Amino acid sequence: MRGPSIRYIVLVIALLAMVPLLTASNVVLNFLVVALLIALVGQGWNVLGGYGGQYSFGHAAFFGTGAYVTAILQMRYGVNAWVAFVLGIAGGALMGAAIGALTFRSGLKGSYFALVTLAFAEVLRILASVAPITGAGVGILITLDLRPQAFQFQSRAQFYWIILALVAISLIIVRLIEQSRFGAWLVAVRENEDAAKAVGVDTARVKLVAMIISAAITAAGGGFYAQYFLFIDSGIAFGPWISVEALLAPIVGGIGTVFGPLLGALVVKTLGELTKLVAGDAPGLDLVIYGSVLIVIVAFAPHGIAGLLADLRMRFARLRSSVPEGAHG
Amino acid sequence: MLSPIILVPAVLNGLLTGAVYGLIALGLTLIYGVLHIINFAHGALLTAAMFAAFFAHRLLGLDPYLAALVLTPLFFGLGYCLQRFVIGPAGHGEDRNILLVTLGLAVVIENALLYAFGADTRTLNLDYAFNVVDLGIAFLAVPRVIAFGVVLVIAAVLWLILSLTDTGKAIRAVAKEKLGAELSGIDVAHIYAITFALGTACLAIAACLLIPTYYVNPHIGNAFVLVAFTVVVLGGMGSVTGALIGGLFVGVVESLCGLYLGESLGQIGIFLMFILVLLFRPSGLFGERA
Amino acid sequence: MSHWSAQVTRRKLVQTTAVGAAAAATGLINAPALLRAQGSPVKLGVLHPVSGALSYSGQQGRLGATIAIEEITAAGGIKALGGAKIEAVLGDAQSTPEGGNAEVEKMNSAGVAAIVGGYASSICLTASQTAARYDLPYVVDVGVADNIVTRGLKNTFRFGPGFGVIAKTALDNLVTINDQAGNPAKTVMIVHEDSLFGSGLAKLLNAQLPERGFQVLETIPHPTPTRDFNNVVLKIRAQNPDLVIPANYYNEYVLLARTMQQQRVRPKGIYSVLGGAASSYKFVKEFPEAAQYIMDCNHWFDPRNPKALALKKKIEDRGEFYTYEVFMNYSCVLLVADALERAGSAERAKIISALESSTFSGHVMPYGQTKFVNGQNQGAAPVNTQVLGNDIQVIFPQTVATAQPVFPMPRA
Repeated sequence: MRGPSIRYIVLVIALLAMVPLLTASNVVLNFLVVALLIALVGQGWNVLGGYGGQYSFGHAAFFGTGAYVTAILQMRYGVNAWVAFVLGIAGGALMGAAIGALTFRSGLKGSYFALVTLAFAEVLRILASVAPITGAGVGILITLDLRPQAFQFQSRAQFYWIILALVAISLIIVRLIEQSRFGAWLVAVRENEDAAKAVGVDTARVKLVAMIISAAITAAGGGFYAQYFLFIDSGIAFGPWISVEALLAPIVGGIGTVFGPLLGALVVKTLGELTKLVAGDAPGLDLVIYGSVLIVIVAFAPHGIAGLLADLRMRFARLRSSVPEGAHG
Repeated sequence: MLSPIILVPAVLNGLLTGAVYGLIALGLTLIYGVLHIINFAHGALLTAAMFAAFFAHRLLGLDPYLAALVLTPLFFGLGYCLQRFVIGPAGHGEDRNILLVTLGLAVVIENALLYAFGADTRTLNLDYAFNVVDLGIAFLAVPRVIAFGVVLVIAAVLWLILSLTDTGKAIRAVAKEKLGAELSGIDVAHIYAITFALGTACLAIAACLLIPTYYVNPHIGNAFVLVAFTVVVLGGMGSVTGALIGGLFVGVVESLCGLYLGESLGQIGIFLMFILVLLFRPSGLFGERA
Repeated sequence: MSHWSAQVTRRKLVQTTAVGAAAAATGLINAPALLRAQGSPVKLGVLHPVSGALSYSGQQGRLGATIAIEEITAAGGIKALGGAKIEAVLGDAQSTPEGGNAEVEKMNSAGVAAIVGGYASSICLTASQTAARYDLPYVVDVGVADNIVTRGLKNTFRFGPGFGVIAKTALDNLVTINDQAGNPAKTVMIVHEDSLFGSGLAKLLNAQLPERGFQVLETIPHPTPTRDFNNVVLKIRAQNPDLVIPANYYNEYVLLARTMQQQRVRPKGIYSVLGGAASSYKFVKEFPEAAQYIMDCNHWFDPRNPKALALKKKIEDRGEFYTYEVFMNYSCVLLVADALERAGSAERAKIISALESSTFSGHVMPYGQTKFVNGQNQGAAPVNTQVLGNDIQVIFPQTVATAQPVFPMPRA
């Protein structure tokens, strides 16, 4: 499948890794950490939605699972933060398997699938808001302990490198999927599930595996959030806001592409900052502009930013080679 | 807790609340059934309609039930323009893009209201808002009873429009088979816009029905939208009858779950039911078999 | 509703956006000099959720803070710093902890001497933590979660009371009011919103009410927002408690009170704790009937203090309501100004020391002199109010009371 080579991915990551060496501004680093976090969560969504064509409106379910498992294991059971983080990813994967098993077995597709994932996320949110183990309404505050052993760092730069590493892993995972037979099956399911089934693809299993990978990646984002902000409650962990962020970044950036979620997250977050600048202090005005620009972006880049870039590259190449229109493949 | 003294009023309350859910879901289900889009802007549009109903009273002295006569055509027009000139063109016919466009619209509308009118909660204090219908076993607030009646009428009117008028038939044709409808000369973009317009018109009426007993601020639409989605799926996407019955059903379920599990945990009843329906009968109670 | 003008200045570009900060950091734009010349303004971060679900409270908080800043400037600024003006660096926390966090970073980068605000506990927790990285003094305006001041952060100060104190005071005062009326109330039902503030409070009340001789018939949590309170009121009617104790935000409180009125449910008393509307002028003005006789144990200004009353008039003349966010933030800014005067410097470490040893009484709350232990102002406590005759009176403690409690509620 066409896509960036692993070498290219490593190059991009290496360049991004140099940012903390160029600036000490914590405003910038914080901004990038949050953007990369969204990129990670979005990449998770991208595996299932972009490559698999199954749009989920409830990725908060996995984000929240990762966040709560990480937080609960640390605060209630004294587990080491890194171990808790890894177990959070495992928890997310399990949640993905559970939800996937239920929904794909019933053959839910399209909007029905999207809405049922939304319902699962809401069920988890409500449970988390009343269950004692999650702290119910009070939430969970992770004790401040700025040591690397506790997965907390004095410097923002170290958090930045960690989230960058996580994003790098997710990019490589997606590229490997692209190049694998599993990836081919996944895309076949996306393009035409019945046809795929007809040629012998085990579509239910493919979707389930995609969901598990997707959930694990997103759960990693949740665990990281817990360590970075040190406070979660049911609205933060399982709320619609993160389900929306999870799909916004990849769709804007270009679904079904390796860099889509990363591009999308950077664009969307930068847009948020720029609109704050233009709108000043008036409450709401910045978001009005933000929403409007979002609509304009979608209108003019229907295949996302990645699609736009690919389009421009093609046009540029066409201009250079000046091959007559009809001769293009 | 099983005593009829509590059970009967709870069920009646659920029916009254459910009627309004049904009306909000009516618009959503039409939009889904015909355009096949999940309209994320539905909540924000409801909020806008409620602000309109509020100001119709505050500035023009119009009672909400009268204001409905003015606001319904107004929001019909607004919905038509939104679909025809914003959502349709920007979406390029791709589901995921339309989704983002409606999402963007929701953000724009909600925050425009915040910017224009500020964040505080406004309420209308109407004389009849506290009148009740005394059924002995239950007190039913008059505005809610009126709302119940109006919803039934609107549902019937909508059903008649869809069954008997040419436009209605065109709408059903496009919902069933877009390509065929187009080939037989139906202007699909126009029908899409009309359908969206019908959806927002329903919201305008729902807003006027809600404003006597509820409040308005830039964020309230969100509280109703999730439930409305549940109703749409339960009733079957695209089914008017389904939306109405689904609404009543969800209202009663919400009420009883709230009673037995507490208001917080009780909300889970709606979503669990939603999940169960989708897993075992995805087309909903009245929907077309997938 | 005033609109802040959207002026784009170079300073604003650097202060309010990460883009600007990036440009400044790389030298593309000259960042404002970090050394402060004598007499030049002291920057104060004013952080509130002015957009998103908490926007009303956030805007009221911002209002209180900005008015205090205006008054200080009009009175000649910070004398110990050569008449330096206080310059507000406004931040919108967007009702989320991430939003608050990002704003704190920007405020730090803009060189603020201290930050006031946050409003919601979740925002205060993360914002104060981020501020702690830079030893940036953070004064919490409202956030009541106890753990805000138990994390051992030297930079965090809370001027108002936390849960623990509020619940205990509410209970003590309830017992006293009940005793004074001849013990008419024995049974209680608690209706609370299910996030941090409501749940935390309900837990404490549930633990302590039985010890004081009350029987809790039922505790009903509800989400924010709640669309309908009919079932809750049905349960209240069925169990007929002597006292209903609500703890929720404005909108839900209004719905609850109106539904109770509609369903003709009238307990012997409604004793709210941190009630969203129970001590709100807005509620009293818009729903005089439903509001009558409701008691609240909440943040309230000192009714004997002429400054508090002058502020009330100023706010009401602007067409706004005099809500707790306003006078709490107003007081917090005055507190910081006092610390600046006593420190004689805008250096963060000195401001923290000044706050630690603060004995400030120029605020408008009935707390007496400030005294901070581990960041918590010891004198901070809520007072009891009651809606009597279309006005909100303080009924307890006696030292600040303006009226006697009417309890139980007279039969309609």
